[in-house]
Amino acid sequence: MWYLCVFFHRLLDYRKPEVESLAKLFGAFDDNQNDDVHPQLQWKLPLHHHPDSPFHLVNLPSEEIARNIANRSILVKGMYELWGEGGSYEELKDSILSYPDERKLPYLESNSTFRITVDTFGKVISLQEHKELIQGFTYIPFKGKVNLRKPEHNFWLIEIDNCEGNNGLPPVEQKRIFFGREVGAADRKLLPTYELKSRTYLGPTAMDAEIAFLMANQALATPGKLVYDPFVGTGSILVAAAHFGAMTMGADIDIRVVRDGRGPDRNVWSNFKQYGLEMPVGLLRADNNLPPWRPGLKEVFDAIICDPPYGVRAGGRKSGGRKLLKGAVEPYIVPDDKRTDHIPSTAPYSLVECVHDLLDLAAKMLVLGGRLVFFYPVLREEESPHNHFPEHPCFKLISSSEQILSSRYCRVLLTMVKIGPYTEEISLAARMQHLEFRENHVKWLEDGNLHSAVFSPVDAQLKETGDYKIKDSTKKYRGKYV
Amino acid sequence: MGLLTHNMLSSNIRGVVNGFPLRIEAVKVVEKNVEMNTDFLKNMFEKIDWKAFVEASISMGYTELPKEADSSLLDSDDFLNRFHHALLELHLEEGALVCPETRRRFPVSKGIPHMLLHEDEV
Ligand SMILES: C[S@@+](CC[C@H](N)C(=O)[O-])C[C@H]1O[C@@H](n2cnc3c(N)ncnc32)[C@H](O)[C@@H]1O
Repeated sequence: MWYLCVFFHRLLDYRKPEVESLAKLFGAFDDNQNDDVHPQLQWKLPLHHHPDSPFHLVNLPSEEIARNIANRSILVKGMYELWGEGGSYEELKDSILSYPDERKLPYLESNSTFRITVDTFGKVISLQEHKELIQGFTYIPFKGKVNLRKPEHNFWLIEIDNCEGNNGLPPVEQKRIFFGREVGAADRKLLPTYELKSRTYLGPTAMDAEIAFLMANQALATPGKLVYDPFVGTGSILVAAAHFGAMTMGADIDIRVVRDGRGPDRNVWSNFKQYGLEMPVGLLRADNNLPPWRPGLKEVFDAIICDPPYGVRAGGRKSGGRKLLKGAVEPYIVPDDKRTDHIPSTAPYSLVECVHDLLDLAAKMLVLGGRLVFFYPVLREEESPHNHFPEHPCFKLISSSEQILSSRYCRVLLTMVKIGPYTEEISLAARMQHLEFRENHVKWLEDGNLHSAVFSPVDAQLKETGDYKIKDSTKKYRGKYV
Repeated sequence: MGLLTHNMLSSNIRGVVNGFPLRIEAVKVVEKNVEMNTDFLKNMFEKIDWKAFVEASISMGYTELPKEADSSLLDSDDFLNRFHHALLELHLEEGALVCPETRRRFPVSKGIPHMLLHEDEV
């Protein structure tokens, strides 16, 4: 059945992937006959609508699935069973009247409560007009009682006018009117509850709550699953996964970040406690370049979600000082009496190497069908950046969602599904690559590390000017949160 | 650090062949209440190295786990309760994990194992 799916006009690239992921989570593809590794939903646009429009039509197997998706989503303003649509109020009336009675009558019964909301896009209407529009529905036999605060059935009249909307999208050529029954909507009250400002422990690279929830949705976090963040920092991504009931585990190379925080009750644990969430089953100090997992351990995590250290704000480090990796100095043998308190020196971690390690870890440690969800930086000047996303034989990229951070760079949230087992051959190739990185470390730093070298200065500039200007004038409505 | 984590970790010092299981030196063990999720336990049961798990639980002072276990036990509530308790509710707050081959100690403080290697171990 086709539903009208209206999105918030935010984070445009994240909207459909979120619905697709939740459709998977709530079983929309369970009777997928042809064993497609990545089945997708059918989408349509209303007549004359731009793909970035908030209005979409999506085909879902049941109302229950539609409701589950909408209620757990962050970006679905409303999912509606369409009772009618048209280019004018006469057309709308004909369309509603011809919609089958057996679909309408159960929601019009006398012992029910309802409300009609009028939502106009592209124009503002007066209270009087509002009232008239609702009174125009005399042809629908509403028998229930009006309840504005907590109605059982929410009906929406949505009018999209043909003038240019204030969100900067190209104008729709024709007025379109929809009337539908709401089956679900995002619970955005979550966002103020979880906003970073309210955290007891915050770091400079803590993940914004809205994006963290979107990441957890891409990762299909749910009770019974284990989700891992190898760059856990203050834990803000795992907090979102735990909110959806998943068990969590995290690691970070920085002991101050992962253990000490800002004192008792201001650390990673307290960020979970604060919301009454289940604590991570494990937090450890470890280097993702040399992960401490026992040999033979594989396929334990259902998802890996992270914001890797790319030299944007928090630069990556890895064990072994720079000179040591270069081979210029003999390893410093730590005297036995100093070992416990010794702080191992760390070397900068290049983007390529970091991504290599992440993919290798995920290929081995994710269950088949498990998801790797992570941010990847892209320079906006680059030609078709989409060719540059990392690839791995065990993974299929299923979505890439861009978030523009400045005129020069953006980050892209990549969602990958593990489609093949971690074979001996892949493991060997990864091992060779790892050793090669070690050997070429300095070289990589100088020329392979283009991204972090370019990104670090941008960040300072970004803070000063708040410069989110975009060169591509055709999409001037795109910005950090759109 | 809980025993699920312990069961996943090993000493990855260069040259070490048998870095698993790490021996637990318990200084302070705490119990935390965790809500039981049977699906999670069933998921994890297959991944756990049972022998190492039982030994680890004994070194944390918990002796109620069967020496051997196969998946038929997952139908028993009594077993699930014990498994849940040992896997998720027992925590090493202070102590160390010791490499079985080199005796190198990986300290555990405030519940967090330090698995970072020294320069000469990488
Ligand atoms: C971009 S931050 C992630 C922040 C995190 N999402 C949060 O909510 O606070 C990257 C983190 O990776 C850590 N890191 C850097 N290099 C690492 C490495 N080699 N292994 C593990 N963690 C590392 C840093 O200490 C930092 O906390």
